[in-house]
Amino acid sequence: MAAEPLIAARHLVKTYQLGEQQVQALRDVSFEIQPGEFVAIMGPSGSGKSTLMNIIGALDTPSAGAMQIDGADVAEMNSDQLADLRNRTIGFVFQQFNLLRRTTALDNVKLPLLYSRHRPADLNLAARASLEQVNLGDRLHHQPSQLSGGQQQRVAIARALVNSPRLILADEPTGALDTQTSAEIMALFTRLNAAGLTIIVVTHEAEVAAYARRLLRMRDGRLVADETTGATSH
Amino acid sequence: MNLQTSAEFVRLALTALRLNKLRSVLTALGIIIGVASVIVMEAIGSGAAIAMQQQIASLGTNVLNVMTGSMRIGGRQLGVGGAAPLSEKDMRVIRDRVPGIAAISGQLNGSVTAIYGAANWSTQVNGVHAEYFEVRPWPLLTGRYFTAAEVASGARLAIIGSSVRRELFAEGADPDGELLRVNNIPFEIIGALSTRGQSGGNDADDVIIVPLTTARSRLVGRGFATVPDTVGNIAARVADGYDLSETQAILTAVLRKQRRVNPGEEDNFTIRNFAALLQTRNDQQKTLSYLLATTAAMSLLVGGIGIMNIMLVSVTERTREIGLRMAVGARGVDVLAQFLTEAVLLCLAGGLIGLLLGVAITVAISYLAGWTVSIGAGTVALAILASAAVGIIFGFVPARRAARLNPIDALRYE
Repeated sequence: MAAEPLIAARHLVKTYQLGEQQVQALRDVSFEIQPGEFVAIMGPSGSGKSTLMNIIGALDTPSAGAMQIDGADVAEMNSDQLADLRNRTIGFVFQQFNLLRRTTALDNVKLPLLYSRHRPADLNLAARASLEQVNLGDRLHHQPSQLSGGQQQRVAIARALVNSPRLILADEPTGALDTQTSAEIMALFTRLNAAGLTIIVVTHEAEVAAYARRLLRMRDGRLVADETTGATSH
Repeated sequence: MNLQTSAEFVRLALTALRLNKLRSVLTALGIIIGVASVIVMEAIGSGAAIAMQQQIASLGTNVLNVMTGSMRIGGRQLGVGGAAPLSEKDMRVIRDRVPGIAAISGQLNGSVTAIYGAANWSTQVNGVHAEYFEVRPWPLLTGRYFTAAEVASGARLAIIGSSVRRELFAEGADPDGELLRVNNIPFEIIGALSTRGQSGGNDADDVIIVPLTTARSRLVGRGFATVPDTVGNIAARVADGYDLSETQAILTAVLRKQRRVNPGEEDNFTIRNFAALLQTRNDQQKTLSYLLATTAAMSLLVGGIGIMNIMLVSVTERTREIGLRMAVGARGVDVLAQFLTEAVLLCLAGGLIGLLLGVAITVAISYLAGWTVSIGAGTVALAILASAAVGIIFGFVPARRAARLNPIDALRYE
């Protein structure tokens, strides 16, 4: 194991106030993720996996405990610093793709670069390279409505990759796709992981989780299992 | 933010506006109408001001006009001209005793019939002294003015206005040296005047100017048997550096003494100056401008509220998009800038369309109604600045709402 973990969660607690009621979404969650890992986070709805994903993704901060992403403690960051961290270190992939409609693949991929403080000299060149990485070099000027679900998700992955992040964070990335396309997307993640990229997939599907080499199981706000699976070959 | 990313932001904002073309146009309509009305009203207003100033400048703003004034005889108001006519002596006294009179001339007017060859034309004759052209500068197209000596000798010389010239002479013909019969008396034409245009509803160019002495003895003097040396009205130009109303007061005092008006009696003459008239008109113009400015401000306000309303709708509709932008690293200020950019672009586009529309309407009005119109660079700049300001002011609240969204809630928004 490498000396410096990419993600270090120590005794994470997250409490929400829902009206009169206090909801404990996370109760004392601790784990580390090293660079280069391929991790699946599984659990039924209400298990706290979405809350955990938001905190790993620097979209949210814990109520108690410490969360270090790439050596930086997110609890001490303001919203601008969190935005910069998301921009620089993390690439998000969503279930519903979240592409800008009537906007070309190239422009969609370019989006994170617009908010980057360390942008490359040629945005178009970087976005094109990213799309070529997901085998969409021939769909640069297509709009989402002209692309299949699998292609749209690949555009979203290219967008996640364009800023050379250290971590890809995918939230149910195959939830809106058929089995065949899901397999293609997961194969793409496997390929990116093989190239050294850290990948975390949040899912409730065992077939999807099977691609990961490590499985974190959540239940009732607690981490109930941390298994090294050794990815099944695909 | 460098130039390339600024351009990208503008391009993305334009894309967003294009996604809702009809809505964007309807939203900008308030701004379009507001800016167009500003342009049209300004163009008509300043056009009217220019036309009026030209007209008054041609009459002379530093000129005092003395007329025989109202006079009561046995309680009966006789009105202008009721009193004894102004005489050469009155004029001489004014010149000698009133300081700051740069030039002075009588003006004896009457109707005449002019005949040249087979053509005849009913027109006005204006008998003046040689200094008249210094009192009211009126450039010649051809020929010369007459001299003081020619006026003194009662020479039969005529300078014709452009309308008379047009009626009696073929186009391009040189009237100088030709013989013109005015009321059957032969006059030599020595000059032709440039066109002055309409003045108070009359054609200022429909005139023949002759020496005052000649007009008095041969054309229009017969009605003034009691005052054989009448000069009609007197026009006096006040020299630069002398106060117009002060000079007018001195002139009044001098003339009262000369015309033997007892203290307490009303003047038997009237003095008018066009500067006072100009002042009155300027005040009216100012009132009108305030009214127009208020109307314009109201329509821009209504347009701005429309912008704010639709931008709030847009922020709500695009909540997920905002969440996504935040997830990929947009700071609050980036989102704020994006929505402000959209609002400002929308307003600027509206402002530009309104500007074009306003110019088109202005041109149409000037063509159809024949009014003098004027669109200044200042007006154009003001219209554009005002629409950009509306975008910033009314776009701010929706943009701030977008910037303050929580990324997690925004991403989950259905």
